[in-house]
Amino acid sequence: MSQVFRCHVGIGPAVEGEALVANDNFSARYDLDRIQGVFSRPQHALAGQSYVDKILVLNTAKGGVATAWMLYEMVSRGMAPGALLLNTANTILAQGAALAEMPLCDRFEDGDITALIKTGDQLSVDPALGQVTILNG
Amino acid sequence: MKLSDRAEAMLAGEMGPARQWAVKHQIQIGRMFDARDMVEVSQAHMMADPESTGEAGVKLVEAFAALPEDQRTVAIPMITDPRGVDLNYYDPLGQTEAMANLERRFILACRAMGIVMTNTCINYQTVMPPVKGDHVAYGDTGVVIYSNSFCGARSNFEGGPSALAAGLTGYTPRYGLHLDENRMATKRYVIEKTPGELTEWGVLGAVIGRLAGSYWEVPVVEGIDRVPTSDEAKHMGAAMASYGSTPLFHIVGVTPECNGLTDVNGSNLPAERVTEKDVAALRGSFGAVGEKVDVVVFAAPQLSLVEMQSVANLCRGKTKHRDTSMLVCTPASVYVDAKNAGYIEDIENFGARVLQGTCFYQQYAREIGEANGWTRLLSNSTKIVNILGGYGYKPALASMVECIDAAVAGEIV
Repeated sequence: MSQVFRCHVGIGPAVEGEALVANDNFSARYDLDRIQGVFSRPQHALAGQSYVDKILVLNTAKGGVATAWMLYEMVSRGMAPGALLLNTANTILAQGAALAEMPLCDRFEDGDITALIKTGDQLSVDPALGQVTILNG
Repeated sequence: MKLSDRAEAMLAGEMGPARQWAVKHQIQIGRMFDARDMVEVSQAHMMADPESTGEAGVKLVEAFAALPEDQRTVAIPMITDPRGVDLNYYDPLGQTEAMANLERRFILACRAMGIVMTNTCINYQTVMPPVKGDHVAYGDTGVVIYSNSFCGARSNFEGGPSALAAGLTGYTPRYGLHLDENRMATKRYVIEKTPGELTEWGVLGAVIGRLAGSYWEVPVVEGIDRVPTSDEAKHMGAAMASYGSTPLFHIVGVTPECNGLTDVNGSNLPAERVTEKDVAALRGSFGAVGEKVDVVVFAAPQLSLVEMQSVANLCRGKTKHRDTSMLVCTPASVYVDAKNAGYIEDIENFGARVLQGTCFYQQYAREIGEANGWTRLLSNSTKIVNILGGYGYKPALASMVECIDAAVAGEIV
């Protein structure tokens, strides 16, 4: 039986993909080696892991404004996450997702999304509807 | 979201594809953050270093720049954040011709759109500070937090694409910090000790940012017993924004929207103490006495004229260690004044290099680190040591005086 989580209306098209989850935060500049497509900041919970085509499930956005351009640049090279799910996004992630046409959702009604979804879960994300479904549930 | 007739015309494509793209972008953001309408902004400030934009971002802006003049020209005064390449000094840093060419193309495109290349993250100290109540679309976290907190202006973090959209339309969606209710305090911190020099202000900002921890929290700080200088306020804000994604904070009796706690609805918030131990713990995570230093960096934010004077005074009559490099980042406008004052000569006679219109972490930090063999980096910027761990550096933090001493000794003293 699939499990459905409701959230605020997000940005970008509907997608399906595999979740990569951590109770940590996100900044494209601070945390990623964007050439290799891996988390590179040693202190990050996902350090060393590839994020390419994954649906990243993290707590909140942090740091600077660079992410707003970087998501678009990463998508242009095919080295981007498939979608971003957060407890709370900030303006920069929203702006970056809009330019990159990358699905982004936040503000989940059922609580901490990093606890509700597990790494490896197959997800369906529908930002316009404000809905995320675990397909293997 | 309610649109003005002018915005509707842009959306319909009547004012060209650039403005149409801009309004469409703003509608998506407005929908996500429940904006009722748009608000006119007086200035836009765009962060767009080539490392962030890449080829893709530059091509987007070039496409706009190729439109007829009436379709491509920005609607309001629009300026830029630091560049990624100082075109007067890039080969010695290990930056490539490809990086410089991307930079050159972007500058040409911006100029065609009427964007002024100020290349600064301290525009509130050098270009045109906003005034209280001024709605602006600023695109650098340090600029936004300073302008909101110390000037009383109103801006969200506007990343490059959104600042560009605001420049093209003259509006931004009315959400977040454009609304009175979102400027009220949500977290209350009582500090034990007012910071001394710049780095201490930065560390305190970082501690509070990390505690607040989200874009949507507004800290109010009690216990600061003197008015910080503009540079101290700058370091505090830049670090808070870096560690917490925080765009606004209040200091009781200091910042313009907070004469007292009641002004920001702070009286009933539980007070959390920020102890000297908390401050020491954050600072301790970037400490490294006795270790060799590959590069000393003064940047993030760029240095004001007053900071340039301080660095020059500390450098005068001394020479840096031959195995340690030192870089100082300042906007071109400050560079001119610093040159006239003799500060550039003092700093360069010391053996350091002053870069114009860049900021170290925005200029391909990974590549220049690898090209020069720089790993152990020392800075007085609490912000930069937070960023550079992800770029392969082992960053350490020290005061400006200690940084210069370390540059002379070749190790952290």
